[in-house]
Amino acid sequence: MKMLSKILKKQITSTIIALLFGFLVAAIVLAIAGYNPGQAFGALFKGMLSKPKYISNVIIKATPIILTGLSVAFAFKTGLFNIGAEGQYVAGSIAAVLVGVKLNLPAVIQVPLVVLAGVLGGMVFGSVVGFLKAKFGIHEVITSIMLNWISLYLSNFIVSSQAYHLPNSTSTYPVNESSYTMILPKWKTSDAGMAALKPNKWLYEMMLKTDVNVGIVIAILMAVVIWVLLYRSNKGYELRAVGFNRDAAEFAGINVNRNIVQAMLIAGALSGLAGALSITGIAPHKISTLAAFENYGFNGLSVAMIAGSSPIGCVFAGLLFGGLLYGGQSVQQEVGAPTEIINIMIGTIVFFVALTKVVPALAERLEKRGVGHAQ
Amino acid sequence: MKKIVALLLASVMAVSATACSNSSTTSSAASQATSAAESQAEASSTAAKTDFKVAMVTDTGGVNDQSFNQSSWEGLQQFEKDTGAKVSYTESKQESDYATNLDKAADDGNKLIWGIGFAMADAITNAAKANPDINYAIIDNSYENTPSNVTGVVFRAQEPSFLVGYIAGKTTKTNKVGFVGGIKGVVIDQFEFGYRAGVAYAAKELGKTITVDSQYAESFSDSAKGKAIASKMYSNGCDIVFHAAGNVGVGVIEAAKEAKKLVIGVDKDQSYLAPENVLTSAMKLVNKAIELVSKDALEGKQIGGKTYDYGLTEDAVGIPEKHDLMSDETYNAAIALEQKIKDKTITPPANEQDFKTFEASLK
Repeated sequence: MKMLSKILKKQITSTIIALLFGFLVAAIVLAIAGYNPGQAFGALFKGMLSKPKYISNVIIKATPIILTGLSVAFAFKTGLFNIGAEGQYVAGSIAAVLVGVKLNLPAVIQVPLVVLAGVLGGMVFGSVVGFLKAKFGIHEVITSIMLNWISLYLSNFIVSSQAYHLPNSTSTYPVNESSYTMILPKWKTSDAGMAALKPNKWLYEMMLKTDVNVGIVIAILMAVVIWVLLYRSNKGYELRAVGFNRDAAEFAGINVNRNIVQAMLIAGALSGLAGALSITGIAPHKISTLAAFENYGFNGLSVAMIAGSSPIGCVFAGLLFGGLLYGGQSVQQEVGAPTEIINIMIGTIVFFVALTKVVPALAERLEKRGVGHAQ
Repeated sequence: MKKIVALLLASVMAVSATACSNSSTTSSAASQATSAAESQAEASSTAAKTDFKVAMVTDTGGVNDQSFNQSSWEGLQQFEKDTGAKVSYTESKQESDYATNLDKAADDGNKLIWGIGFAMADAITNAAKANPDINYAIIDNSYENTPSNVTGVVFRAQEPSFLVGYIAGKTTKTNKVGFVGGIKGVVIDQFEFGYRAGVAYAAKELGKTITVDSQYAESFSDSAKGKAIASKMYSNGCDIVFHAAGNVGVGVIEAAKEAKKLVIGVDKDQSYLAPENVLTSAMKLVNKAIELVSKDALEGKQIGGKTYDYGLTEDAVGIPEKHDLMSDETYNAAIALEQKIKDKTITPPANEQDFKTFEASLK
């Protein structure tokens, strides 16, 4: 019994139990809607893992949401709810396009410049939120939701502006090829590259049919950096102290306001980085008129939630979420289930993960019962 | 505890008992159904080619967009009914989904893959390059150099626009009509200048001047903006407004409802949105085109490497038969005009330059 309650109290156990429950409820929903759940889940996992290029696509899909997830998780650890990850992501992609379209330098300079521009774009949006919170005490949820819309319409404005609008389209010009962060983008489509890749079938498929890019390496690196920053540095101690209890932190001599601004600056930078890496790493390498949010930031909220705001957990949660998003498309193609059902499925899983607090409580119950029996 | 177990057991038994009786009846019913289906299939086996698979990938509008994605899916479903081919669709949620969705559709063994909308033009050419043995087709796009396994499908939208322009010219009482466009470009130019030419044609017939107010919403989705633009046009004296702006048009129709003025729908017969206000619609039947091209592909015709150009002659564009809000005389005149376009005695202009020559020829 003690073992069991110990296992149940672990975060990872609750997450796994929540996942199982999520799939169970999703199965019921699918069955009610008249689709075979077994077939649907089969299609889901087959569409996620059955080919190297699918796995590659899952990773590509996961990269931006790992970063936005990190952004949300980091802010959460410092006591801020960064619902503005979406807007910071869009700001990052705008900034990357602004620089990437106009500049055409050698890749060695171009790539860092474009990515840095994206990071800066996200930082600006994040820091506005932090500044308003620190200086005037305006709640970050309100300001960041408003900034989400500002960035959406700013993006649409850039798309329709004379200097960036690609004629006869609903998008801007793509960024110059020197800013691409795919692995060997030019070589792999050249005749020599194709010939060299051909003997190795899965490598050929993966390289040529997906936008394999360096984003995931950066995302994992950032997860480690954020973990170190939070748990192995003085700054992280301060940030977390502010997150736990502002008043106590202030009493302990920590400058709360400065920490809030810095936290939002870093959170914004992470989301902006996600936006920039999407522009440089995935086709179509440009921004288009948006009717609604593309949900990179909001999916990041779910990722942070699944990960329990742990930076390293975000990597795995992001991969899972990316897999669900990408595999979900296969469910539609093979089973014919509408997107809504697939979204309900994903939503249910996230919902149950949000309920994970129930599991440790259950463990406590079990423990008490055990004590009761013993007596 | 025992009570609970007993209750559970009882309920399990009850369920299994009903399940037994159910399953036996349903299975016999099912076998009947399948035999019926088989005999039907045998009857129409000449048309049935079940190994042919067609998929479509929507743009970010999704499959229920009240516009061309929905229309395309309807076309494919009709195609499935007629031929027995297997059809499926995938919705794109983000622009970056185009490439991956097209790739999945290729893995799924489809022989023909549709991309809906010119936004997918680049994604389609890339996919076609990677899968030379699969045919790709795209709505609303023609390439300068069409790859041998890609088919472009475009519409002569200026033709129905000319007809609705003519109807508007004949119906207007204020001698002022409006046009609301989405984002300026080749496709929307067809609508605008076809419409303008139709209005000019009617004005000449009636021997008066009719002005056309034209404005762009710079969006295909912002219906609030469509409403604002159209409201302004109505209060400035326009009594009929035509829109070619996707979802923006929903706002235009709303404005017409509020102002109790007339509006002309687009893409499909939009009179169901406002039966009292929608005068007519410039229909662009994407579903028809999808059916025609898919059938050609099924029959093994060479469809790649060229662009299909659909217009009135192919019945892929037109105006609805219903005409409660206009006089029979106007409607019949429009139908006569339709014949003239089919005969090529009139060629509606598709861009500003052609429109200027057309206008000059009227004088």
